[in-house]
Amino acid sequence: MKLHEIAHSRSGDKGDTSNISVIAFDMGDFAFLAEHVTADCVVDHFGDTITGTVMRYELPALGALNFVLTGALGGGVVRSLALDTHGKSFSSALLEFELPDKGSSFGSP
Amino acid sequence: MRTIRIGSGAGYSGDRIEPAIELAESGNLDYLVFECLAERTIALAQQERLKDPQGGFDPLLADRMKAVLSICRKNGVKIVTNMGAADPVAAAQATRDIAKALGLTGLKVAAVTGDDVLEQARASDVALDEGGSVKALGNRVISANAYTGAAPIAEALAGGADVVITGRAADPALFLGPLVHEFGWAMDDWDLLGKGTMVGHLLECAGQITGGYFADPGVKDVQGLARLGFPIGEVREDGDLVVTKVAGSGGQITRATVTEQLLYEIHDPTRYYQPDVVADFSQVRVEEVGPDRIHVTGGSGTPKTGLLKTSVGYLDSYIGEGEISYAGANAVARGRLALEIVRERLTLTGVKMTESRFDLIGVNALHGDALAEGRDPYEVRIRVAGRTDSLAEAVKIGNEVETLYTNGPAGGGGAWKSAREIVGVASALLPEAVVTSSVTFMEA
Repeated sequence: MKLHEIAHSRSGDKGDTSNISVIAFDMGDFAFLAEHVTADCVVDHFGDTITGTVMRYELPALGALNFVLTGALGGGVVRSLALDTHGKSFSSALLEFELPDKGSSFGSP
Repeated sequence: MRTIRIGSGAGYSGDRIEPAIELAESGNLDYLVFECLAERTIALAQQERLKDPQGGFDPLLADRMKAVLSICRKNGVKIVTNMGAADPVAAAQATRDIAKALGLTGLKVAAVTGDDVLEQARASDVALDEGGSVKALGNRVISANAYTGAAPIAEALAGGADVVITGRAADPALFLGPLVHEFGWAMDDWDLLGKGTMVGHLLECAGQITGGYFADPGVKDVQGLARLGFPIGEVREDGDLVVTKVAGSGGQITRATVTEQLLYEIHDPTRYYQPDVVADFSQVRVEEVGPDRIHVTGGSGTPKTGLLKTSVGYLDSYIGEGEISYAGANAVARGRLALEIVRERLTLTGVKMTESRFDLIGVNALHGDALAEGRDPYEVRIRVAGRTDSLAEAVKIGNEVETLYTNGPAGGGGAWKSAREIVGVASALLPEAVVTSSVTFMEA
C-alpha cells in the first residue's frame, strides 16, 4: 500500500532545507503512520536526493507528521540547478512510500 | 467580543488579481493583505534595483492598486502589503500617485522602512547560517534585509494609514500588525502574539488554504479552481480564528486544506521563529463548524529571541542552461546520447563548471532514476544546467545543447537556451537593537 492511499502532503522550503508534512486522512491512522514512516525511512526513500539530515516532528492533535530535510534543495531556491528549485514535488515523491498492508499486521481474515 | 475580518489578496508576487477584487467587493473586510515577498523575491528585487533605481518594488503593484484602491476606499477596507520589496518609499509614492489619478483625495499611504540593514550587517560582520560571514563575501554582497515585525505596521495604522507598504516584513506580521492595532494586544503577550502569528501563517499564502495547491484528482477533488476564492480570517479579540471565503467562489476550506497550510514551511512546530514571538503550533486544533468555515484554536507562543532573521543577497555565480526534445521510437536512447555528446563537448571545449546537472525531463528530472525507473515514455526533453564563474562561460552551456540541431542525434527539436546571473541568499541573525524601523506618511 502506498502512503498516498491514507495520507496527504505538502512541502515547503526555507534556504536549503525542505519540510514535508504527512497528514492522515483519517485521524485513526496516525499511530500507523507514526510507526511506519520514520525519519530513517525518509532518508532511505530519498537517497542521494538529500545530502543532510532528516528530523521528524509529531503532531498527534492534527494526525500529522512533519519531516525536515536539510541539504535537500541544491543550495536553495535561488542557487539550485534543479528544475523544481523549491522542492515542491517532494510532497508527492514521499507519498510513493510503500507501507505494509494495514490489515495483515492485525491478522484480519 | 470584537471580530476583525482580514482577507488575503495575494500569496506571492505573481498571484492572480481577481480574487482580491472579489474580496474587496464582497468580503465585508476590515483589512486586505497582499503578501508578495519571498526569500527569492527580495533578492530579485534588489538585483532589479541595481539595474534600475525605480525598479525595486513589486512589478504588479500598480495593477493591484488600480484594481482595488477605489473599492477599498468605498468599503472602508485598509490595505497592508509588503509589495514595497526593495523600495517601500517608491512603492508608496507610486500608490499615492495612482490614488490621485483615481480621484481618491486624502487617501493616506504609509511606507515602513528600516528592514534594509546592509550597513549594519557589514559593520557587525555577521555570521551566516550556511557558514562564512558578510565580511568574507566582500563586495559581492548587494543587500541585507531583516525580517521586521508587527509594531511599525500597527504604528502606521495608528497614524491613520489607509494603505501600509513595507519591505521585508515577516509574512505573518502583515496580519499580526492590524490585530495588534485593532485589539491593543501587548507586544509581550506571547500567547496572543503566537495566535496572531498562526492567523498570519494560515492566511499568508492566499489560495493555498482555500483549495489551491491541494487538488489530486480522484483523491482530493476541488471544485472551481479557475475561479478560486481567497481566504478571509474572522479573528476574535482573544485570537480565536475562523477561516472562510466569499460564498460562491471556487475552492473549498476543510480540515485537510487548513492542516496542510498550517504545516507549510514549518520546521519544529513548537518553535516557529518570528520577529515578535516564537509561535507554537503544536497544540493547534482544526474543526469544521460549517461549510467552508474552519475554526482553528490552540496556537500559543513564547518570548521572542531578540534576533531578527536577515536575508543577505550576494552575487553568487552564473547559470547556463540548454534544452532540446526527442519524440517517438527510441526517444529516450536518443536523449541519453544527446546528453553524452553535450557532456563530452563541455569537456573538449574546456567549459569551467563548478556544478552541473544532466536531466531527462519526463523520466528523471525531478528525483533521479531511483524514483522513476521502469518507465518508457514516448518523448523526452534533455536539460543541461551548469554553474560557472562568468556569464561568458555560462553562455557556452546552452550553445552546446543548441548545436545538437545539426550535430546531435536524429529528430531533436525545440532547442532553448539561457544564461543568467545568480544572486544567492544567505541567512544571518542580527540583534533587533541594530534595526530601526520608521514610518513615512504621504497623502493623495
